[in-house]
Amino acid sequence: MVLQLIAGRASATFLASGVRGLATAKLPDLTYDYGALQPAISGQIMELHHKKHHQAYITNYNAAIEKYAEAEGKGDVAAMIALQGAIKFNGGGHVNHSIFWTNLVPSKDAAPASGELLQLIEARYKSMDAFKAAFSAAAAGVQGSGWGWLGYNKATGGVEIATTANQDPLSTLGLVPLLGVDVWEHAYYLDYKNVRPDYLKAIWQVVNWKNVAERLAAAK
Amino acid sequence: MAFTLPALPYAFDALEPFVDATTMQIHHGKHHQAYVTNLNNALDKFPELKDLGIVDINKKVGTDAIPKDIATVVRNNGGGHWNHSFFWKIMTAPTNSNGPSDELKAAVDASFGSMDVMKEKFNAAAAGRFGSGWAWLGVKADGSLGITSTPNQDNPLQGVADEALLPVLGLDVWEHAYYLKYQNRRPEYIAAFWNIVNWEQVSENFTAAKAGSPPAL
Repeated sequence: MVLQLIAGRASATFLASGVRGLATAKLPDLTYDYGALQPAISGQIMELHHKKHHQAYITNYNAAIEKYAEAEGKGDVAAMIALQGAIKFNGGGHVNHSIFWTNLVPSKDAAPASGELLQLIEARYKSMDAFKAAFSAAAAGVQGSGWGWLGYNKATGGVEIATTANQDPLSTLGLVPLLGVDVWEHAYYLDYKNVRPDYLKAIWQVVNWKNVAERLAAAK
Repeated sequence: MAFTLPALPYAFDALEPFVDATTMQIHHGKHHQAYVTNLNNALDKFPELKDLGIVDINKKVGTDAIPKDIATVVRNNGGGHWNHSFFWKIMTAPTNSNGPSDELKAAVDASFGSMDVMKEKFNAAAAGRFGSGWAWLGVKADGSLGITSTPNQDNPLQGVADEALLPVLGLDVWEHAYYLKYQNRRPEYIAAFWNIVNWEQVSENFTAAKAGSPPAL
């Protein structure tokens, strides 16, 4: 097998387009400057969050899937199982943050939710204000690290609020992610310190409802 | 009797430059205080549990002794209160940080080969804990030393722990413990921690653990 003859990290690029076609992850660009979400989220946080945290998930995910492919090639089930945690943490981190960046927009470009998205939210939560309060409460209540979500339920055709721990993607709960809010401390600590509820109040200023609606349309 | 926030054994800036004063101020006065407040609120309806003391409450986490509707709150906040009370005491000013007792050093050598190897394993546990949690060095049931990490505010005293240990040394790796100074650089924070370990307290914790007791808070 060609794969077995290749050694060294230089082969990683080859593997990406090579025999197995490993789809390595790449850091997506933001469509706004790091400082564009102020004052809701500082430029300092955005830069660290994107360039360091998200990048680390990508780096670690790529390393894990490369090792996984090798283990799979050898039929080493024990090694494959041992790598599943790293794939979940880091792959989940990549999926979640990729969604998050698109869910945000500079406040001057933000428009309120409308159309079917608004209808589904009001059907479940009576009003946008009530929805925001429920979402913020759920996200504030996440113990330790995790995410608050608005998800689409294909079975019911409705939307619902959910939370996940660590970097578990919303797919683990059988919902399609429409809006995700990172409540790991790294997402807000430099700006808000321990006061997570203040972050959750401010973030509504920069939610990109257009993107959330696009995700709903794609999910249906 | 309600639980109360213990005073720090040193000033907020005592652990500089390894842990910054602002972090100590917020970590103690806001985060730890919140665990104490939330725990007291949860136990308001169950005063007999308050009388148990924080160690026994932690030991009962994961058992029927804690009523179901407060089980999660007690796990998170009872854990948080014990963990932080323990944590403040095993740190000290860098100028005050000495070394382990002969007994502790011998036990470390016996269980890990050397202090350096123990530190490597502890550092790996601390760096490898995904999300929020703690790394621990403690005495196992068989009397040897072991290293483990726990998620969120769990600790090895609790019934839910993967591995039962009597803690001797611990490190908070929640982002709030290091983010203001170290940001994403958790390994740098972990390395810095060794400069402020209160080995006198850790050695006392070891003596207690060998006798089968959790550390005095």
